[in-house]
This record gives sequence, C-alpha cells and structure tokens, in this order.
Amino acid sequence: MKVPLSWLREYVDLPAVTAQEVADKLTAAGLKLESITSHGYDIKNVVVGRVLAIEELTGFKKPIRHCRVEVGEAAPREIVCGAVNFAEGDVVPVALPGAVLPGGFEIASRKTYGRLSDGMICSEAELGIADSSPGILLLPQDTPIGADVVELLGLRDDVLELEITPDRGYALSIRGVAREAGIAFGVPFHDPGLAPVPETEGPSWPAAIGDLTACDRFVLRTVSGFDPAAESPLWMRVRLARAGMRPVSLAVDVTNYVMLELGQPLHAFDRSRLAGEIVVRRARSAETLETLDHVVRKLHEDDILITDDSGAISIAGTMGGLHTEISDASTDIVIEAAHFSATGIARQSRRHNLVSEASKRFERGVDRELPLVASWRAVQLLVELGGATADPGVTQVEGEAAPVTITIPSGHPARVAGLPYERETVVRRLEQVGCVVVDGAVESARGGQGVAATGVVSSGELADKLAVHGDDLITVTPPTWRPDLTDPNDLAEEVIRLEGYERLPSVLPAAPAGAGLTEGQRLRRRVGRALSGSGYVEILSYPFIGARDLDVLQLPEDDPRRRATRLVNPLSEDEPFMRTTLLPGLLKTLVRNVGRGTTDVALFEIGLVYRPEADAPATAPVLPVDRRPTGEELASIEVALPRQPLRVAAVLAGEFERSGWWGKGRQASWADAVEAARAIAREAGVELTVRADQHEPWHPGRCAELSVVDPATGERVLVGHAGELHPRVIEAYGLPPRTAAMEVELSRLKSPGPVQTPAVSTYPVATQDVALIVPAQTPVALVEEALREGAGELLESIRLFDVYTGEQAGEGNKSLAYSLRFRALDRTLTVEETTAARDAAVAVAATRTGAQLRS
Amino acid sequence: MPWIRSFLLSNTYDPVEVTPLHADEIERAQADALAAIAAAGDLEDLKQARLAHAGDRSPIALANREIGALPPAARAEAGKRIGAARKAIGQALAARQAELEADRDARVLVEETVDVTLPWDRAPRGARHPLTTLQERVADAFVAMGYEVAEGPELEGEWFNFDALNIAPDHPARSDHDTFFVESTDSGKVLRTQTSPVQVRALLSRPLPVYVVSPGKTFRTDELDATHTPVFHQVEGLAVDKGLTMAHLKGTLDRFAEVMFGEGIRTRFRPNYFPFTEPSAEMDLLCFVCRGSSAVPGSPPCRTCKSEGWIEWGGCGMVNPRVLVSCGVDPAVYSGFAFGMGIERTLMFRHNAEDMRDMVEGDVRFTLPFGMEV
Repeated sequence: MKVPLSWLREYVDLPAVTAQEVADKLTAAGLKLESITSHGYDIKNVVVGRVLAIEELTGFKKPIRHCRVEVGEAAPREIVCGAVNFAEGDVVPVALPGAVLPGGFEIASRKTYGRLSDGMICSEAELGIADSSPGILLLPQDTPIGADVVELLGLRDDVLELEITPDRGYALSIRGVAREAGIAFGVPFHDPGLAPVPETEGPSWPAAIGDLTACDRFVLRTVSGFDPAAESPLWMRVRLARAGMRPVSLAVDVTNYVMLELGQPLHAFDRSRLAGEIVVRRARSAETLETLDHVVRKLHEDDILITDDSGAISIAGTMGGLHTEISDASTDIVIEAAHFSATGIARQSRRHNLVSEASKRFERGVDRELPLVASWRAVQLLVELGGATADPGVTQVEGEAAPVTITIPSGHPARVAGLPYERETVVRRLEQVGCVVVDGAVESARGGQGVAATGVVSSGELADKLAVHGDDLITVTPPTWRPDLTDPNDLAEEVIRLEGYERLPSVLPAAPAGAGLTEGQRLRRRVGRALSGSGYVEILSYPFIGARDLDVLQLPEDDPRRRATRLVNPLSEDEPFMRTTLLPGLLKTLVRNVGRGTTDVALFEIGLVYRPEADAPATAPVLPVDRRPTGEELASIEVALPRQPLRVAAVLAGEFERSGWWGKGRQASWADAVEAARAIAREAGVELTVRADQHEPWHPGRCAELSVVDPATGERVLVGHAGELHPRVIEAYGLPPRTAAMEVELSRLKSPGPVQTPAVSTYPVATQDVALIVPAQTPVALVEEALREGAGELLESIRLFDVYTGEQAGEGNKSLAYSLRFRALDRTLTVEETTAARDAAVAVAATRTGAQLRS
Repeated sequence: MPWIRSFLLSNTYDPVEVTPLHADEIERAQADALAAIAAAGDLEDLKQARLAHAGDRSPIALANREIGALPPAARAEAGKRIGAARKAIGQALAARQAELEADRDARVLVEETVDVTLPWDRAPRGARHPLTTLQERVADAFVAMGYEVAEGPELEGEWFNFDALNIAPDHPARSDHDTFFVESTDSGKVLRTQTSPVQVRALLSRPLPVYVVSPGKTFRTDELDATHTPVFHQVEGLAVDKGLTMAHLKGTLDRFAEVMFGEGIRTRFRPNYFPFTEPSAEMDLLCFVCRGSSAVPGSPPCRTCKSEGWIEWGGCGMVNPRVLVSCGVDPAVYSGFAFGMGIERTLMFRHNAEDMRDMVEGDVRFTLPFGMEV
C-alpha cells in the first residue's frame, strides 16, 4: 500500500514530524515500512508563465517553437520548445535558468536551434508527476503568473510504501492507515468512513441478491449527464499515480480514488448498457462473460456474478464485463458498492488467475458499513468534477449479518504478554481500534450469518474450546472493518501491539531437561564428519530429477527407483520428479565442478529420497481442524505419503590422493567408494558385508553390494551399493573416466548398541605369515572369513598385505599373502600353539575356497 | 650393575692372589682407557671404546670380578683402587660423549636439514556444507536449553502444512506460499513450504510439555537468484507448556541471539501476521557487527546490517490456540510460542555470503573454507 503523506494528513492531525517518524510508528504498530519515496523536493525555480507569442521555426526535422513567455518578471523570457499542444495565451509551468527538475536535471540559458532559450516549458513527466506525458502541462487560466509551481500544485510529498499483512485488509486504505497513525501519535482521526450520507427515497436501479452467502449488502447509485470528456484534475492524477495506480479516465479514476481512500472497491457501469434488474448470484453452468480485458471467460458454478437480464455483466469484485464498461461516450453511470464473501472472491480470483486491487481488498475483508458512504463519495466527485447530476434514490439490498462478539477476562492480554496491563488500558486500546467493549459476559449469536469473512469465525464446539475463562469478563464487539478479530488472542494482540512490543520483558523459561540428540541425529552428524574428514565435500542439491536421469542411470523398466513422485508445478518440466536416488544431483554437481576447473572432486550428500509405494492411496485426506484427529485419520495421511528414507551418497573422480613433489598420486577408484561405505558403517557401529553385485548405474564388474545384519531380527539387510560407474553412465553425464560412486540408506543402519570393550592382552604377539594360492575369481572376503574362522580365538588380527598374480601363482590363480597376528590373554603363546592355529586357518580356507599354501 | 655383580660374587673367593689386581695393572688399564676415549673421533668410536674399556670384558671389569677371590683383608684396598679407576673412566666417557654429541648436532643435524615449507597436500580436503553445520549450531543452542530436535517428512500432507496450522484453503496467506503441489491435483500432498508442520507432528506425538526445535529443508516455487532459492532451509522452534507468555518467547530468542552472536546481542519484535501464531511478531537481531551504531546519522556505515542497526531474522509468536485445538491440546491449560528463521539468510549475514546460488551449486571452492563447523 502506497500512502502519500499529504493524503494521510487529510484525515489525521499529525504533528510536524518527518515521513520517517510516521513510518517508524506505523512499523511498530504492524504496518511495516518498505520504502519512502520523496517527490518534489528536488524541484526548484519552476514558476507559472503565460505564453505571449509563438514563432514556428522552420527548417528542422521536427516542429520547433520560439516562444515569449511572461513569468512575472520585468520582461518576458524567450524559450525554445518542441511541444505543440499549447497556444498563445495558455498558462504553463516554466523552469527558469537555474531551475532543477527531478533527477537533478539543471536548466540553464543556452543557444539552441539558432535562438536563445532562457528556460523550459514543462510537461507532467518533466515535473515528475507522470511517467510519460504527450505534451506541455496546461494550467487553468486563472493561475497566478509567477507563482511557484511546486507550492501551487502541492507536488512536494512523501509516499510511504507499507507492507500490509493479509489479516489487515482495512489498512489497504488511507482511512485504515490514518486510523493507525492517529492511535500511534495519540492525535485525532477524522473517519471518512463516517461521513454523513443524505437521506434519499427509493431505489436508483432495480437490484436483488440471489445468494446471500455470496453477497450480504449491495448498493447502487446513479448519476446522469456526466461529461465523458471531463478530465481528472491534476491533484487526483498525482495522488493516484503516487499511490501506484495509473490514471485512466475521470469515471474510472474516481472509483479508484475512493477505493484507495476508503478501502471500498467500486464498480461503474454504463447505465445505457444495462438491461433490467441487476441480480447478484452464482454462475450457471456453461455461462461465459467477456471481461474488459477482451477475454471470454468460462464461468465456474461457484463464481459470484453481477447479472442483468442479458446475463453476466461482471465477475463480482474481480473484473467487470466489457459490454457494460464505461466508455468515452458514457454519460449515465451506475456505481456499485457491495460487500462480497471474502472466501468467494479469493476463490474466483485464483480460479481465473485474476488478482485486482478490488479482489485483493475483498479477500482480506472490506468494511460492511462502507458501501453507502463510498458510493456517495464517488457520486459527489462525479458531480463536482464531471458535471454530472446525482439521481435521487439509492438501491440497497442486504442480508442479515450478526456482529461477532468475543468475551475475555480483562486480564487476558496480560496473561498472553507476560506483562501486566491496567484494565483501563485494555479497554482503551480495544476502543481505539474501533471495538465496543461492555462489562460482563454478553450472550449473543456468534457469526454464522452474513458472508464468509477472512477470519473464519469459530462456532459451536470450536468456540467453546477457544473461549478463555476467568474473572472480570468483558465482552468485545469488533468494528465492521476488522473481520480478522474473531478469537480472544486476536484481542490480546491488539492490546499488546498498541502498548508496544518493545515493552515486553525478556524472561527465559525453564524448559524441562531434554534428552539431547537422538542416536539417528548423532549418526547423521558423525557420517558427515567422517566423510568430510576423509576428503569429501558436502553438497545440498535440489531433490528434483527428470525421466532422463533415470534413463541415463540405465535403470531397467521395472526398477523401483523409476516409481517417482511427480509435481504438478515443477520448477522445470525437464525435472518434474522427486529424486528416488541421490546420485543424479551429485553427478551433475561433479560435472559442474570439473567444468569450472576442479578436476579432482569428491562429493557427498546426505538427504531424503522419496519412494512412493505402488499401492499407496493417491490422496492424503484433509482432516478437520476443530479437534485432534483420530489415530486412524492421521494414519490415512501417512499411508498416502511416500516413504522418505535418509540416504548418504558420494561420488568421486580425478586424483583422490594428489600427485606432487613426493611422487605420483592415486586415482579415485571403486575401492574409495567402497571404503566410504565402510567408513559410514564404522560410524554406525555395524559390520558391513561387501559382495560382488550387478546393479545399475554401476559397472557390472566393479559393483559392490553392501549389507548389514539387523540386530533386532538377525536378518541380512541390503543397505546400498558402491563401485565404479558404468561407462555408459559416465559418458551420458559427461563424467571423468572411472568416476566412482556410493549410495547407502542411513535409515537402515541400526546400531547394535554400545561398543563392547575389547580385552587388551599385554603378552607378546606372535606373527605368522601365510601365502595362499586361490582361483583368481575367488572373492578375497571369503578367504579372509575362512581364515578368521579357522584361526580361532587366538587370532588378534589378520591383514592382507599382498595380492600376486603371475607365473608363480599359476595360470588362473592368484596368491594372497596374509599376516596373522596371534595373542592370548593369559600367557605367552608357544610356537607350537601359533603354528597349530595358523594351520587350522589354512585348512578351513582350503576346504572353503580350495586355497593351497604357497611353498 | 657392577655392584650387584660384586655382591653376588662375594660369597665365593679364590684364595690365590691374581695379577690383574696389582696396582700398576689397574693404573695401566685406566691410562689405556682414557687414551682410547680421548682418541675416539666420533660417537661410533666412542661406543667401541666404551665396550673395550668399560664393557663386561674390559680389563677393569675383569679385575673387578677378581675381588671376590681375594682374601678378605685385601678386598677393601683392591676395591677402592678399582672403584677409583672405574669412576675416572666413566667420567671421561661421559665428557667425551657430551663433546661428540655437541659436535654431531652442530654438523650432522645441519646436513639433514629439509625444507619444511614444502607443501604436503597429498590427502584430499573435505568440508561439510555450511547450511548443514549452521543448522546444527542453531539446534545445539536450543538443545543446550533443554529442547529436543524434531523431524518430519519433506513431502507432507496438506493438512499438516496448512490446515492444522490455521491456514484455511481460501486464506490469502495460503496463496502467498507459492507451493509445489504433488500430482495429481487435489492429492492433498505438497512439498512443505515451512518447517511448521513439524510443530503439529511434535504436538501430536510427544507428551506435554513440548520443547522442540526442527531444522530442515523447505520448498517454495521461487526462481533461483542471488536472494531466492526454491529449496531452502529453516529452523523452527516450538514450546508448549503451562503459563508460557510472549515474555518467555522474547527471553528465549534473546538468549539464542547471545549464544549465536555474542554477549549483549538481543532481539526486537515488530507486529506481524502468521496464521499459526497470535499474537505474531517479526524478529530483528541487533547487528552483531556495529551493535546498532551505524544507524546513528554520521556514523561509519555497516555492511552487515546495511546501516539499519538491526537485521531482519525471522518470525515468531504465541502458538494460535486454534493450532493447539487441532492437535488436541487444551488452550485453556496450555499456551505456547513458536519461532522460525531462514538458514540461508542467517548464513548470508553471519558470513557475508552474498549470493544464494553459491549455496546451491555445490562448487567445492565455496564450501571448503567452512570446514567442519561454522
């Protein structure tokens, strides 16, 4: 809402304060300042002049005039001008040499087009009144020559742009802001909404309300003999422009002006285009209306319409119809001022994607008592400025609307704030915002009648649940312009904000002792630290993917990762799905880093994936809000949501250990990816089992399946995959060769409980090395498992220190060299004991994998 | 230990007097030893000299061993003589050892000098995303006050994201949320536009009183630019207990501001509107760089608060009793407060991050300097 300060001052007796001071007070009251724009302060030395003589200069590409202009000085000024919309004798604004125009544009005497130009004749745009103007601004003939134009036209003004929250519809008007300013400065506010309206007999035009849930008050007034050529006066155009509305024509400008001033949207019809009685009703099926933007709109059966015998003539409070629009020939005008359903207008504004100044106000709630006043104000302006005659009579049709009343203990605001307020203060503040306050609990009907307001009035059981009980009850009837005040806490807020949020004390409550982070939350942090500690950089990519990603990852048709949740309104139609794997975001980010010159990259991400169940219901129901939903109702939402497990994934390419002056580095490989998974498992305290697998998008010969044993069930659970990516995936994403990746579902890593302390023996260690020949395809993990089992409990550790394939291992074989360390808790082992243990280990390995001791 | 050895041997003695115990023999052995020690040119030579003249097989050691074989009357004198010789040799060894070590330090360690300024960036460096670690820091501040960290799904039921939070379907606030809707239309599912649905989940699932903080990812259909991102992060706090007031809300946020930004940094409230709180407030943070001084005309400008003295930080208010009713909490008995702030925005002013795109794009050059914690 843009508020010219001069307009505001018409209705509130503000002291001599700066725009900033006004803005600070309004901000403190909840009307937040966005910006202050000052107008006219930079204009200097522009005076009123009369054009005495015009000489048309020839020989130039465009018409140029040399004028003599009387400016109230001893002699007239000679001024060259390129505009042609004025004649000898016209009164115009003249910028004298030394003048400054908006933007710091200085005027000086100069030679131009072969003549002296001793100033400039100004247009509205040059004076900063309009964005553009076709010619010179012509002033009334009786304007005093030589007078200061800025003073005369009141061009000097400050405009406050305020952010109005959705609950404060009343503040989308000069009236509403003036009321707040009056309270904030403690000065009188003269409510233009209470301006007297003359008594008049009979309707001005036949009208009826067909649906009282759509509209509960409908007012029409008419004028005749309006001069369609009459222009809006400069002051009105200036105010409209500064308030952010484009001046159009007098009739339209008047409706906009009144809306900005009072907050009541108005609509003007050309009476000659109306056919019979006007009826406010809902649309019928297949009804259409061509709106004034020349679009033929299909109407929805819930749309609230203004109709006459010809059908729809306007979408109520949203946009008028083309046929009945005021044209440059309209002389007889019907002014509509109505109180429509806030939710009704909100819905149709969204349905038709039409947000107008009118719909914005109606959805936020308009004062039901304004239509008579606002329509009369419009009539007065049309009479005064457009030469029209007010027709006798006024049409007013309406339904009943019982006022809302709220009963609270007078101490309620203090209990909400944690700051005592005098009873007198509470009552005074509520009365300042327009409430009527009476002592005691007054029984009254609560809402339910009239049209649906923004603040949904609580009724019945909900009202009882929200009621505040206590001593010293007061019953508060909020004013008609505050439909947002429905609950006890709404009243508390009014008192607290007007008394000042800055007065709230600062008291730290004693929260009960908490349990700290959960195991899962700790694990997530540990995993992040472990991966970044080992060289990975965390990213947070957008969780959106496209069908192309799933194809590029080579996922088979029946892969569950292809079952993805789609968005109705995705950011990009190329990526309309929610990710079912973290890899696409990581791979694209890796490519971006490489593209920017970082060729050695290791990245990880921890985040949710979204895995809809095939048989899940399509819809999550919207539950009631006036009570706690039942467990069953809540479950009906949960079951419709996709599973959203937490995953961690990593990708890496280039050198993982850098080359340098110390020698060659080491390329990132499948082994780093598997090791990253092992690091995660270590943080989770679980033992990771690695097996060869073939799983997209990994290289079929370099893919590890990762699993753990669930401590609760004892069953083996798949937790992820790691390895080198499939060359086709690498090519499709444009990844560096041999890019490796890992993805693990953190939600599946269940801690087996606290670590059990190992017994540390202080006896000497006995080391035995063995070299085993096994078939080349034998997984090392199997050999090690066998050795461990066979070695028994004397085995302290086992380490593979060499893998050899070559002549001495024999064709199709490999040689695995292990170092086995033995130690007992209670004695020094003898050579015989350790040799026996080693032999037992080799024996099991031989049985399981055909391993042969290498001689 | 020679004295142990002589003690052990003293029970059995050879009655025959032996030559090495003659005084001149001892003197000669001592002279040889001192000469050899003096002649030792380096530590290795000295080690050899020590072995030869002070070792187990050295003349003096052998002579010492013979003491036991002497008649008791002669033992004392022989022992004194040998002891003196051993002491002289020992002192000479120690002195020469010190000389040679000093010599070595001066010479050899210099030869072994390396350029310690050589880089050793062999191992890759990693880092956590500052948005992650900032969320953790915020959460930790509240955990220290007794709060627990609550979580919820990112793809959420509309009831949780809107209705239960008193954002009715036709409320203007609902359309302000620029929501991502899940297919198909009217599925009742959205990408959560705020972390507030976690409030509802916490109230439905936890015993009262509830003090929780919930960091997480949120979504709105903004285009990515320097100051907007469609996927962003919030931290939201909720306390529901008996007798909570706005003063408690202010006290909590003031404490939080101090923990995050240092002693004396506090918050300021301005009235605002959120459907799920009533009364509601916008929360500003006293600028932790200029402490408000830059707002005074004529003062040096402040980049962090744009010389406003205060930084817009988040929203807060008393939990709307309608939200409590939707969660089955009796507003006549319990009241609560809630607050929330944007993590991206906090990172921007806390760390002078000027472009949100950097937080989204995953360029390692942006993330690396943040290390493990912010």
